Amino acid sequence: MLMMPEPDAGTMARRETIVADLRALLGADAVIAEEERRRAYECDALAAYRQLPLVVVLPEDTAEVAAVLRYCHENRIRIVPRGGGTSLSGGSLPLADGVLVAMGRFNRILGIDYDNRLAVVQPGVTNLGITKAVEEQGFYYAPDPSSQIACSIGGNVAENSGGVHCLKYGLTANNLLGIEMVLIDGTVIRLGGAHLDADGYDLMGVITGSEGLLGIITEVTVRILPQPATARALLMGFPSVEAGGNCVGAIIAAGIIPAGIEMMDHPAILAAEDFVRAGYPTDAESLLIVELDGPEGEVAELTKRVYDIARGLGATTLRASESEEERLRFWAGRKAAFPAVGAIGPDYICMDGTIPRGRLAEVLRRTSELAGKHRLRVANVFHAGDGNLHPLILFDANAPGELERAEAFGADILRLCVEVGGVLTGEHGVGVEKRDLMGEQFTEADLAQQQALKCAFDPEGLLNPGKVFPTLHRCAELGRIVVRGGVLPFPDLPRF
Amino acid sequence: MSDEQLPSIIPRDETELVQVLGYCQERRRGLAVLGRGSKAGWGRPLKVYANLMLNAFAGLRFYEPEELVLSAGAATPMRELQALLDQKGQMFAFEPPDLGPVWGHDGENGTIGGAIACNLAGPRRFKAGAARDHILGIRAMSGGGVLYKGGGRVMKNVTGFDLPKLLCGSHGTLSVLTEVTVKVLPRPETERTLLLAGLGAREAVRLLTQALNGPDEPSGAAHLPAGLAPMFDFLVADTLAPANGRSATLLRIEGAPASVSWRIDSLRRRLPDFAAAEVLEAEPSRALWAAIRDVSPFVRRPAAPLWRVSLAPSAGGAAALAIARALPCHWFLDWAGGLLWVQVAGEAVAAGAVAGADAGAAADGGAGVVRAAVAAAGGGHATLLRAPEAIRRAVPVFEPQPEGLAALTRRVKEQFDPNRILNPGRMYAGV
Repeated sequence: MLMMPEPDAGTMARRETIVADLRALLGADAVIAEEERRRAYECDALAAYRQLPLVVVLPEDTAEVAAVLRYCHENRIRIVPRGGGTSLSGGSLPLADGVLVAMGRFNRILGIDYDNRLAVVQPGVTNLGITKAVEEQGFYYAPDPSSQIACSIGGNVAENSGGVHCLKYGLTANNLLGIEMVLIDGTVIRLGGAHLDADGYDLMGVITGSEGLLGIITEVTVRILPQPATARALLMGFPSVEAGGNCVGAIIAAGIIPAGIEMMDHPAILAAEDFVRAGYPTDAESLLIVELDGPEGEVAELTKRVYDIARGLGATTLRASESEEERLRFWAGRKAAFPAVGAIGPDYICMDGTIPRGRLAEVLRRTSELAGKHRLRVANVFHAGDGNLHPLILFDANAPGELERAEAFGADILRLCVEVGGVLTGEHGVGVEKRDLMGEQFTEADLAQQQALKCAFDPEGLLNPGKVFPTLHRCAELGRIVVRGGVLPFPDLPRF
Repeated sequence: MSDEQLPSIIPRDETELVQVLGYCQERRRGLAVLGRGSKAGWGRPLKVYANLMLNAFAGLRFYEPEELVLSAGAATPMRELQALLDQKGQMFAFEPPDLGPVWGHDGENGTIGGAIACNLAGPRRFKAGAARDHILGIRAMSGGGVLYKGGGRVMKNVTGFDLPKLLCGSHGTLSVLTEVTVKVLPRPETERTLLLAGLGAREAVRLLTQALNGPDEPSGAAHLPAGLAPMFDFLVADTLAPANGRSATLLRIEGAPASVSWRIDSLRRRLPDFAAAEVLEAEPSRALWAAIRDVSPFVRRPAAPLWRVSLAPSAGGAAALAIARALPCHWFLDWAGGLLWVQVAGEAVAAGAVAGADAGAAADGGAGVVRAAVAAAGGGHATLLRAPEAIRRAVPVFEPQPEGLAALTRRVKEQFDPNRILNPGRMYAGV
């Protein structure tokens, strides 16, 4: 059972006053108080957890966000920010006593500067919306999370979203140039801009992926890139997971960084092939899709090299796309992998650990053992280039106890990821989903230091409490965790 | 390299480091945090109790080429790590410059921790990012004495706050790094550079912009004005000889040989200006970009103020010309205009030694002129990378911040280093 912070009785009792105050600040049409309309915001894409927010506000400019935060800060009211609502980790799960700040009205592209290869956008613009705005001029925005049609760029910043192309092009953090953000007390700060290096502490770096715990982003400047002249995909089947994994290692060891390397295991191949008939080899134990992009001369050269590597390592299926249509067909099965698995589920949960790539075969073998232990099925898709594993755990939500078993299985997989040197989440975020597992990866001191940063931004813990950290220490308490050493001037230290 | 008047404290391990920081914290005694001190001249002058030498935190932890990851003690010399990477055909893709000679020190003396703490980046910056884009994990001790880890060793990780990024560019003011884990990448098999002579700064930036905005993926884009070539060492000056005293506009293409040839041809087809360009082969190209990376033209005058200016790339040409009009200086542009290096003529700085308006503009190390040019360029920041102590005392070394941001910066410092013992005041007064 997920424990969220105890609602503040005082705030709950003042609900009508708070609604009236917010209406006075923003206008009536920007405040949603009726239960049936609040219902639309009760969950994000982690739909197993639901909570009606105290009230929903829809600010439309930075001054309004600042006014809401200042008001909530003065009145000690909790805040939950929300972008596109596509979080897979419950990052925007509302609080019963919290104001949900929905950023959907921040949906304008403010400027595009091709000379400096950047776009300035409001945070509610969708990820794909940025590419749509610049593609006619031959540009695109590189990070491409699978939810890119719906997820907002503000949410991408909050989660440091990835996608299938991050091995070559990086995560959101590597594609940001600037942000404007409102702090909890209503202060507006701007970081970065059109220049490449922000000055001072890399606050933009640490705000990226902070899951709404540090402030609310009101403007984003992203890097845009010229579209690669060409892209080609290779489809490879292997008789074992090890062979597929070895091929990934060999490609990288040969000095090639493909735009994307995706791997699917046998159950995922079968589910995808059943679902979209992409022409995947159903007898393969592992399937790789390797995409190479760039100038034509570059892609032609690298395609030949990757082809030779795969053949040398015993690929049983080996095809290079000869047309854009064929390239997209190679991808169709992978892109449909989640709904394909959903079709046989009937339900599934998607995990998101990252592991050192060389441990893949071991992790898949042990995952399969864990599936037996928990009496559940699992299919694996894998951003193989960067080690980001997405086990899809199949269960039946209507069968009593299966959700709990699936969650326990998922937690075991994540513990396994940490055990082999990996991490709990590669791109979906901690949110509420992995919050209680943070202690598997971090010590008390590690978490205390992260929370020290939180204290610099939000000492009262009003922004998105209950997310990321299993327990949020009071900032005053944190000081006491400090290890005090050195009662004497360390006589045994060498000095000169 | 460090202030030799001060005692040096050399903890042998993390336990002793805890003791040192605990002691200094209780007595509020400031420490200069040093790897090998190659960049100790960067920042506001410190008033501290001792030098904290991190020599003990050196050595490779692991290097797994197929996983593209390397982990080492923070004080491990870059030289050693780069030799290891070389053997496996890999590199730090952020192309960290060797800046020691900027302050008159020997070359090849920096550490990996220093590269991270200063968030270094070389000519490949616009394509591959800076140190911040390649850091995966850290072990560190906060000024408050908490030994912690952040990040991890895998490429993709969004678990908790990204403290490794926060420490990139924090110049040792938040925590003492003891160990760093960094992403590495395959080194391009070969490279070539197109050299186009005689362009003005604005024209050069416009052309470099066109090159970057096409599909040919250049990885270096610089403009050296006329008269700069003799300030390089003679081998590089020789490489620049085709410019024959005129400016040199440079575009680097890296990759597999067939790909490099293909892209050079493609660029020349697309941008006819480059049809007239000289092609520099791999070896001279490498030496040239290393010299640009290390700011080599400006290492011989350790007393001359040196500015590192980061601004919108398209504004670089105009900003350079504006500064050069107002200040006796040398300059060049990297990052397709986004990085402007300015060396103020040293003799103009010695107040009173030179009469006239130029001397006045330079008495602050050129701060007034340079920062006005940044503002006119629409924003960015100027760092006084090198200057005599008196100037670094009088002039903000790092770009001054607006009050809201400055207050947040102070609060972050307060949380990590409450008694301000780590490189106190190195970036900003009171931080």
